[in-house]
Amino acid sequence: MERSGALPDRLVRGFRVRKSHGMPGFGLTLGFTVCYLSLIVLIPLSMLFFRVAELTPQVFWDIITDPRTVAAYRLSLSTAFIAAMFNTVLGLIVAWVLVRYEFPGKRIFDGLIDLPFALPTAVAGIALTALYAPTGMLGRIFALAGIRTAYSPVGIIIALTFIGLPFVVRMVQPVLEETDIGVEEAAASLGANRWLTFRRVLFPEIVPALLMGFTLAFARGLGEYGSVIFIAGNMPLRTEITPLLIMIKLEQYDYAGASAIALVFLVISFTLLLLINWLERKQSGSLSAG
Amino acid sequence: MTVISGIKNTKTAPVILTEPRLVRWILTGVALGYLLLFLIAPLTMVFLSAFRSGLQVYFAAIMTPEALAAIKLTLFVAVIAVPLNILFGLSASWAITRFEFPGKQWITTLIDLPFSVSPVIAGLVFVLLFGAQSYFGPWLLFHNISVIFAVPGIVLATLFITFPFVARELIPLMESQGSEEEQAAMTLGAGGWQTFFRITLPNIKWSLLYGIILCNARAMGEFGAVSVVSGHIRGQTNTIPLHVEILYNEYNFSAAFAVASLLTLLALITLILKSLVEGRTRKQLATTPEDKHEY
Repeated sequence: MERSGALPDRLVRGFRVRKSHGMPGFGLTLGFTVCYLSLIVLIPLSMLFFRVAELTPQVFWDIITDPRTVAAYRLSLSTAFIAAMFNTVLGLIVAWVLVRYEFPGKRIFDGLIDLPFALPTAVAGIALTALYAPTGMLGRIFALAGIRTAYSPVGIIIALTFIGLPFVVRMVQPVLEETDIGVEEAAASLGANRWLTFRRVLFPEIVPALLMGFTLAFARGLGEYGSVIFIAGNMPLRTEITPLLIMIKLEQYDYAGASAIALVFLVISFTLLLLINWLERKQSGSLSAG
Repeated sequence: MTVISGIKNTKTAPVILTEPRLVRWILTGVALGYLLLFLIAPLTMVFLSAFRSGLQVYFAAIMTPEALAAIKLTLFVAVIAVPLNILFGLSASWAITRFEFPGKQWITTLIDLPFSVSPVIAGLVFVLLFGAQSYFGPWLLFHNISVIFAVPGIVLATLFITFPFVARELIPLMESQGSEEEQAAMTLGAGGWQTFFRITLPNIKWSLLYGIILCNARAMGEFGAVSVVSGHIRGQTNTIPLHVEILYNEYNFSAAFAVASLLTLLALITLILKSLVEGRTRKQLATTPEDKHEY
């Protein structure tokens, strides 16, 4: 302990927390945790590998390079990406407005941000479809502008935007709340205008949270099923997302096809998520180093 | 992390620290427009469509035997799935935050796994495990047990989907609280369970409640995973969200939205409870002794 003065506070604290001698229940809790995790998540997920391993490479390749499958992968990835980008930009604005400005009804708006987490996806799906269908209240307005919203890829993006809306807002909000206004004062007193202060001082602090929110929204969008199937129109090759294609294969009792498509989709999404995670760590690493 | 120092309120901040009025108006307008289009409009739509054909149609749609059976099944599934995942969440967070062991990081990562698996794939893996063509299929058939296209499958898929919620809330809190209080209690002679119920549980109750609320909302509202394993047998294996889908696909829009409005009410109640509990958890985190050291 005599060296603790020389060590960073964080290290000592971490050491103290972890040095928990004599706490009971290790065997019981870890045993239950591992068993439950295996039974509910790991063993079921591993079935995907076993099932696909039964296929010959040729059959597997034919399934996943089928034009319909490739179109579904492409559609799922692109719509989830666009929706997550859209949510990143607008989520930042919403978080900014909620933290920095005052306006009537602010608390209600703030509370409603989490609605997509709480509202069942099927309900979101039918409500958005009713709104954005060509005869719907908002769909009619878009139709006047020549934009087809429901039953097109745009409809899928609308549904995924709803689903991913809270992530960026909820990631950025606490960061904005905790930024030291003194830094902004310093920047301003050194002659930086508001935009420069934001770009050079605030934005770098927000970037990790933005990326994190983007990743979560993107991951959620990739797998989303309930809200999309009502609004998408579900036309093969055009508006058929990957989870729906898996569902269709299942309904035809084509378990091999469903498993192959699902496995490749899982691998693609995990690779992308790991990649974004890696970028994120690199980003925050270079930020804290600089 | 920086601690907030001094001025936080924009009203009292010097003029130079805020944007020109026009920029403020535009940003607020964009933000509110976005929330209006994507949150308020769908929410209003549900209730407008539900009551469009009058109160009588609304209550008739909710009181049909199929709808009541769906409500009963949804409650039944939640009553099994939520407590099991609470038990898991408590046990996992105790093991992870109170002990050091190899592979800990792996378990922590794996707990989050269901968040990044598509609900449809979650349903699919249970079909592969227990369906007619699976390894267990013939055995289950022989013993006349149905898992897929029956209630057990729905419970399993729901367990998978709602698996991380409680654990995710508890692990960071218990990590930051540390185990000093528990160790003190045990030094004074308290047993393991006594320590848990007298010290740990009161310390984590708000975060636990928060996790339970989220877990329950998802358990009652899950659609994709349940849709794969349910078989959609009316009055038997239909949960509320599946019942909404059937009504909608039959172009019975008023009834679909009427039943959907029940789930929407549940969502609104969830949001209200959530914001009430959120205030408590924040207070709890703020008074955690460990947290005060952090700069």
